[in-house]
Amino acid sequence: MAADAAVKVSRKDFVSDQDVRWCPGCGDYSILANVQRVMPELGVPRENVVFVSGIGCSSRFPYYMNTYGFHTIHGRAPAFATGIKASNPDLSVWIVTGDGDGLSIGGNHLLHTIRRNVNTQILLFNNKIYGLTKGQYSPTSDIGTKTKSTPQGAIDHPIDPISFALGCGATFIARTIDVDAKHMQQVLKRAHEHKGTAFVEILQNCPVFNDGIWDELQDRKTRAQSSLVLEHGEPLVFGPPGEKKGIAFSSGIPSVIDLADDDDPVAKGVVVHDEQAPAASYAGVLATLQRPDFPLPVGVLRAVEKPTYEDDLQAQVDSAIAERGKGDLKALLHSGDTWQI
Amino acid sequence: MPATDSAPHKNSEQLESVAIRFAGDSGDGMQLTGTKFTDETALAGNDLSTFPDFPAEIRAPAGTMAGVSGFQIHFSSRDIHTPADRPDVLIAFNPAALRANVDDVRPGGTVIINIDSFNEKALKRAGYEGDPLPDLRERYNLVEIPFTTLNREALQGLDLSSRDIDRCKNFFALGVLCWLYGRPMDATERWLAGKFKDQVLEGNIRTLRAGYAFGETTELFPTSFIVPSAKIESGTYRNITGNQALAWGLVAAGVQMDREVFLGAYPITPASDVLHEVARFRHFGVKTFQAEDEIAAVSSTIGAAFAGNLAVTVSSGPGFILKQEALGLAVMTELPLVAINVQRAGPSTGSPTKTEQGDLLAALYGRHSQSPLPIIAASTPGDCFHTALEAFRIAVKYMTPVVILSDGYIANSAEPWLIPDVDSLERTEIQFANPIDIGEFLPYSRDPETGARPWAIPGTPGLEHRIGGLTKADGSGNVSYEADNHGKMIQLRKDKIEGIAADLPPVEVDGPDSGELLVVGWGGTKGSITAACERAREQGMSVSQIHLRHLNPFPSNLGEVLGRFSKVLLPELSDGHLAMLLRSKYLVDVQMLNKIEGQPFKISELMDAITELYNR
Ligand SMILES: Cc1ncc(C[n+]2csc(CCOP(=O)(O)OP(=O)(O)O)c2C)c(N)n1
Ligand code: SF4
Repeated sequence: MAADAAVKVSRKDFVSDQDVRWCPGCGDYSILANVQRVMPELGVPRENVVFVSGIGCSSRFPYYMNTYGFHTIHGRAPAFATGIKASNPDLSVWIVTGDGDGLSIGGNHLLHTIRRNVNTQILLFNNKIYGLTKGQYSPTSDIGTKTKSTPQGAIDHPIDPISFALGCGATFIARTIDVDAKHMQQVLKRAHEHKGTAFVEILQNCPVFNDGIWDELQDRKTRAQSSLVLEHGEPLVFGPPGEKKGIAFSSGIPSVIDLADDDDPVAKGVVVHDEQAPAASYAGVLATLQRPDFPLPVGVLRAVEKPTYEDDLQAQVDSAIAERGKGDLKALLHSGDTWQI
Repeated sequence: MPATDSAPHKNSEQLESVAIRFAGDSGDGMQLTGTKFTDETALAGNDLSTFPDFPAEIRAPAGTMAGVSGFQIHFSSRDIHTPADRPDVLIAFNPAALRANVDDVRPGGTVIINIDSFNEKALKRAGYEGDPLPDLRERYNLVEIPFTTLNREALQGLDLSSRDIDRCKNFFALGVLCWLYGRPMDATERWLAGKFKDQVLEGNIRTLRAGYAFGETTELFPTSFIVPSAKIESGTYRNITGNQALAWGLVAAGVQMDREVFLGAYPITPASDVLHEVARFRHFGVKTFQAEDEIAAVSSTIGAAFAGNLAVTVSSGPGFILKQEALGLAVMTELPLVAINVQRAGPSTGSPTKTEQGDLLAALYGRHSQSPLPIIAASTPGDCFHTALEAFRIAVKYMTPVVILSDGYIANSAEPWLIPDVDSLERTEIQFANPIDIGEFLPYSRDPETGARPWAIPGTPGLEHRIGGLTKADGSGNVSYEADNHGKMIQLRKDKIEGIAADLPPVEVDGPDSGELLVVGWGGTKGSITAACERAREQGMSVSQIHLRHLNPFPSNLGEVLGRFSKVLLPELSDGHLAMLLRSKYLVDVQMLNKIEGQPFKISELMDAITELYNR
């Protein structure tokens, strides 16, 4: 072990020998590259890392990671991950899912895994479309989205992954963008450090079936106006120099206020970001910040502590053994009323 | 001094066996009364078999036929196999319980009623037009006991509400029966002491003893009965239900294989008790996970298997079907786990508390495409223990999911169980893949003998690999879409499962080795079929019996055994799933006896079919 630790692992160690088969230009490529880049910095031995996914383009992810991996069935990855983590709490378990996989067929499992606070990282690649089945609308698609299955436009109201996670009681919630390497790596590290379910929405472009939905956020020229980069303890300000703006709350209702470059935002009423706010209502207001009226928050929206499912489960095993002694099969079979013949 | 110590002053008569049915409202405590009587009967050394039969509704309207709950116990001085077709004695706590059960009582049998509950209103609720008692006095030995009043008298002066007092009346009745059949009451008193305290404990014990004393003094019972203890294999016995035995078998598998057990489940009747029971054993290192649904239950189980646990999931029909997609993945990824289906009557929600054997074909063919897995059926409550152990042995040896079929009847029935000697139980050493033995790691390489692929668990350096549902290349396990490889992998998996047959004990014929009639059965019908075959032989018919435990693959000699008999009869609590399989595989003209009433076979039904076919 000690000798292994001395060997410096690099990104290459996390690249598997399988050919990556996403469409050219797919956002998944850059997510993969960033995950592989972050991995060596986490200090987890490769053999202790498990990537678990459902079904979808995004869910091919585990094949490309030179770690343990399980490409499961549509929507159920969180349940598989729960079993893995409950069996062996020492493993670092990462769930990769899509907006359809995670929020449509798998919504129930996502809900309960987050609620239980199983210590895993959930990466939800949101391209607002079903990629693998060739372009039907998904639960995150905007109203009016025209696809093969909605030729007149989608009529169901989309779900916001962040609000969903918050409603499930998530202890860690973050959002990042496929092309913003530096930001994504920071968020991934934070997600890994968090003890409990770390839910990360990654905005991902599908150039084939839903090209350009995240353009404003991906384009460096517009990113500063259209996104709000969250930093714990820093005011909620955004916009390029000369066009600085901030977010103020009045009775819990957010509004955008204009700022001069040399204004003190806090003095002007701009809210200071507190990812540890005990009440979920603060992150709840952040989650309502949506385009085009507001910049879209990216970074860590919420990071609070709660006991994890697998720790509590293990603690019950340990305390049962401490109280009753390690189980004895012979004693069990002969417990209660028995008789001799 | 316990009432049991007082010597009987009346005459007693010896009987070989007795079947008693307790029946009342769901709230009358019939299941509890029956269970306590069973425990005492077991301690008295009789062989016994029980059949709890209760409504799916937790509390159906009081006094109605829908709310009647019953518990039958058959006990004997000889080896018995079933709870008996017809009770000799019925205890009916109200008119509805009487009406729902009285026609089952053996002609001339004893019917004990709580006469306090027989008023006009109650008779009407039960659907009686007039007074049924005059007619019953003609047909049966009718014993009218005012249980409610007697219980109230016995508990006078206790600081209990009248409701709580009335709740104790089932223990008065239990006391009466304990006297009538010479059952010791110590076990029940001990149980009460562990369960209740203060006035409630006092009340229950007082009424129990008062019932016993009543039996002794009343002129309603001129004699008591003695059922001598049974001559069965010597050893230490205990009572066990099928669900309890399954749970203990799962715990035992963890001990015998020296691995942690993970049970992922979602509650469903009649399987929930397995989850409840296993959840009590955290000190064995067992982890139970109540999932959000059956899909999550099986998925977490497969995850636990991937991570190296002895993983198991349990449910009943509707829940088992929800698991099928994930079980297909378990077949594809060749991971060892056990999926238990405690079958119940369907289709759909069906009759949750009633039994059936209708899921055999679903277990075998209910997944898409070619996805074979071993299927084992438990045949008696105690056998569930060994079935659980065997299922895990096969799962880890062959790296495959294994399905156990139990059913609602054996799940809830109890029988005396010869406690196995732990030291003689098989031990299986689990071999995880080890990087030291391996050059290039091939997750889909196979053991030449068993066809099993290596079990390489996360946390093992050097064996990092990816598995999933996409078609695997032989050896490397990499995703492959080549046509030849696809067929080859399907064949390899099929060969692996079929190869398990060589590892199974050959079927053994009970009765003549060849001849006129062979009765074939599987699963929970074993008791009734065995009893019927024994009776047929006593009547001079040359009837043989085999009971199948392994339903996929079949034991290697099955075809040959079937071929040795002129006629084959297959009783099933379905429309003939196994019959269809045997006919198509062995081209044998299997005669079916199908019953789909949510109830087990009666011996008489089987006797009629045996006699008819035998003489045809
Ligand atoms: C049980 C089941 N139903 C349907 C499918 C078909 N299917 C595969 S992926 C998918 C949608 C995936 O969409 P998303 O999660 O958004 O992932 P993306 O492909 O966009 O990455 C569907 C419907 C399936 N594989 N399994
Ligand atoms: S269809 Fe879209 S999401 Fe799927 S690989 Fe192609 S570009 Fe990526």
